[in-house]
Amino acid sequence: MPTEGSQTAPAIELRGISKAFGPVQANKDISISVMPGTIHGIIGENGAGKSTLMSILYGFYKADKGEIFISGQKTEIPDSQAAIAAGIGMVFQHFKLVQNFTVLENIILGAEDGALLRPSLAKARETLTNLAKEYELNVDPDALIEEVGVGMQQRVEILKALYRQADILILDEPTGVLTPAEADQLFRILDRLRDEGKTIILITHKLREIMEITDTVSVMRRGEMTATVKTAETNPEELAELMVGRKVLLRVDKVPAQPGDKVLEVENLRFVDSAGVERLKGINLDVRAGEILGIAGVAGNGQSELLEVLGGYATATGTIRMNGEALDLTGTKSDGQSRRDSGIAHVPEDRQSEGLIMNFSAWENTVFGYHLDPQWQKGLLMDNAAIKAEAAEKMQRFDVRPPNPRLAAKNFSGGNQQKIVLAREIERNPDLLLVGQPTRGVDIGAIEFIHQQIVALRDAGKAILLVSVELEEILSLSDRVVVMFDGQIMGERIAAETNEKELGLLMAGVSGDAA
Amino acid sequence: MDKMPAWADATLVPLISLFLAAVLSAFVIMAIGENPIEALMLMVDGTLMRSSGWGYMLYYATNFMFTGLAVAVAFHARLFNIGGEGQALIGGLGVALVCLYIPWPHWSLAIIGASVGAALFGAAWAYIPAVLQAKRGSHIVITTIMFNFIAAAVLNYVLVNVLRPKGAQEPATGFFPDATALPSFFDMFATEGSRLFRNSPANITFFLALAACVAVWVLIWHTRLGYQIRAFGERESAAKYAGINPVRITVIAMLISGGLAGMMAINTTMGEAERLILNATEGAGFIGIAVALMGRSHPFGILLAALLFGFLYQGGAELALWTNIPRELIVVIQALVILFTGALDNMVRMPLERIFLVMRRTN
Repeated sequence: MPTEGSQTAPAIELRGISKAFGPVQANKDISISVMPGTIHGIIGENGAGKSTLMSILYGFYKADKGEIFISGQKTEIPDSQAAIAAGIGMVFQHFKLVQNFTVLENIILGAEDGALLRPSLAKARETLTNLAKEYELNVDPDALIEEVGVGMQQRVEILKALYRQADILILDEPTGVLTPAEADQLFRILDRLRDEGKTIILITHKLREIMEITDTVSVMRRGEMTATVKTAETNPEELAELMVGRKVLLRVDKVPAQPGDKVLEVENLRFVDSAGVERLKGINLDVRAGEILGIAGVAGNGQSELLEVLGGYATATGTIRMNGEALDLTGTKSDGQSRRDSGIAHVPEDRQSEGLIMNFSAWENTVFGYHLDPQWQKGLLMDNAAIKAEAAEKMQRFDVRPPNPRLAAKNFSGGNQQKIVLAREIERNPDLLLVGQPTRGVDIGAIEFIHQQIVALRDAGKAILLVSVELEEILSLSDRVVVMFDGQIMGERIAAETNEKELGLLMAGVSGDAA
Repeated sequence: MDKMPAWADATLVPLISLFLAAVLSAFVIMAIGENPIEALMLMVDGTLMRSSGWGYMLYYATNFMFTGLAVAVAFHARLFNIGGEGQALIGGLGVALVCLYIPWPHWSLAIIGASVGAALFGAAWAYIPAVLQAKRGSHIVITTIMFNFIAAAVLNYVLVNVLRPKGAQEPATGFFPDATALPSFFDMFATEGSRLFRNSPANITFFLALAACVAVWVLIWHTRLGYQIRAFGERESAAKYAGINPVRITVIAMLISGGLAGMMAINTTMGEAERLILNATEGAGFIGIAVALMGRSHPFGILLAALLFGFLYQGGAELALWTNIPRELIVVIQALVILFTGALDNMVRMPLERIFLVMRRTN
């Protein structure tokens, strides 16, 4: 147990860590020191080098240069066993739990005392009871992992680390899969752990979390540590600027919506997946011209399926009307081509496996889905020259970098890939734009631009249906919000008159009302 | 950023693979007590140093271009059509029927009719596995290979029981009418008294194969259909998003593939034997897989690979004729080339990529 006082050595200190992958310098001369009993945030955009740094700390990669000190002792961490021995525990973004094992079995996995499980399990049960008491980490040791929620699974991951006597906990994007209420619960647990003297490193790209829970924060940009500051002495705008390297507008600037006629009407929409599970259980909603309808919800509650049905690549029952005309929901007229013909454009949730062909060049991707348009044909052939010319202009207008249409889609960053998709769909000037997770894996600088484009399309009088698991994004972009839970709509709110807490309850399936 | 330039991927990798295959083949030849240098000289002499050698090489290459293109078109839709052999056999049946039962006034019309017949029959043979794959999910590798056996059996039956002329002693059709005889390279290029391309089977079908290369190139990179085939082959989920019908694309790609494989029969059946015999394909359907792999599914690459395999086929025949190297060993050498250029090319590519990375960093 570290003692309080000015003479205490840092729980963890990195000095001059550098790591290169081929020509890419992932970490460049990084130094941080984290005092025991504090929560230290590491924030940065995708590809800033956060994960590499943590992988070095956990023994997955070996640093090219630099030293690691744990409680003042110089420590070599060649593998994860060494990291555990040094008291470091890691909670990954994607949990590493065995689904059909119980909580207890998962906790001792890899830390069994001998060939026989019974003594290990008995000991683990006792330790678990103590830990639960000490840190208020209540779990049912005999529950199967596949039967408990993600919040609970995360707690099991934390307990796994504590069971291995970790004093330093690293959490990688821990709130990505949690509802706001679950996230709050997690923060209470982290608070408690800090009070008990544990050291916590929190990796995230969410500024709000940094401000809420950390004591100190380090900002990474392009492999370098650009600043380490006390959280109390900074603000989100400053952190964003440090992350991106220029001033960033965090709020979406928009005037109140001027809703017009109903463009999209959905009635009693039902969808059953290939496993026979009903994913959409009678959805009713409509979107008017000139408004953004946000669909909030924890990932996996039917939002993806709704987009797939609307986009024409999943069959369903019920009614969908576009501009008053019913669309086919099964058969040959319910494909992506017919949907595009009826005025629907779609920025899919997963640009890498749906929105783009990663091995196609950017110019080929700028007509993906619209490749049959007469505009791009020259007799029997495709008018590749015209497509290329138009692609170059589109890439200019949407600030895609580098503006090289010949480059394959896979060679662009996430934000620039998204801009290619957005340029293609928005410039079609559709009546209805479906947008799924528009800023997932997109850097802050590009988020601002993408949000502006979506609002501009709304202001041009188009209807927009936005699906996002980021509540902040839903609240700042939408005019109206509906919350989906378990394939149903839990409620509808006016975005300006609601808050994260209220939506969070609906997202967790706590029904407020039926409105 | 790509790890190495495209030109290096397209040229250095196959060339180094080929070199490695040659080195290993040399060891094999040494092991049975022959001189590999002499063997190579013999292959070159018998193939490249005389016009009849060229005539054979280009004849084989014609077969391989068709079957290589067939495999490549399916590859672009991520379908592994290993039924080129069967599709070519049935294509031969189409050629025979067109030539035997339609009175053609001139070979130039006959070759058009035979192309249609060959492509239709080959495509029909690919249609069933395609539909089974697209609608029922039966794996196309399994079904196409089974269809090779069925094709051989069908052809056997038809030749023995239906098309064999009365009293003939072998399972083959009668000879085609003279009007369907295609001009050979000897007819086309040899001047009066010259022996250019004499007694060699290369014929005008070679140019048909070249035209097919161009046609496939246009199809894949310059048409809507090619765009959809490639998109579907790259990522089915994305194709669905874009409204590309997976069933339709699977079937169409396989029809084109089967049609191309079937057209190979024009070369062997109409251009050379001038009747349909058993085993008219001579294994070219399978060589097509190696040709497509080595040619990176690009028509130009396929042309080069087809020429290489034409060289190996003809050179191998020379070796069997003049040395103690048994015919089976020629197959071993050809297999080594297939192994290195087709299956093992990552073995060459990865170190090469590393070299390029280092070069880039030092620059």
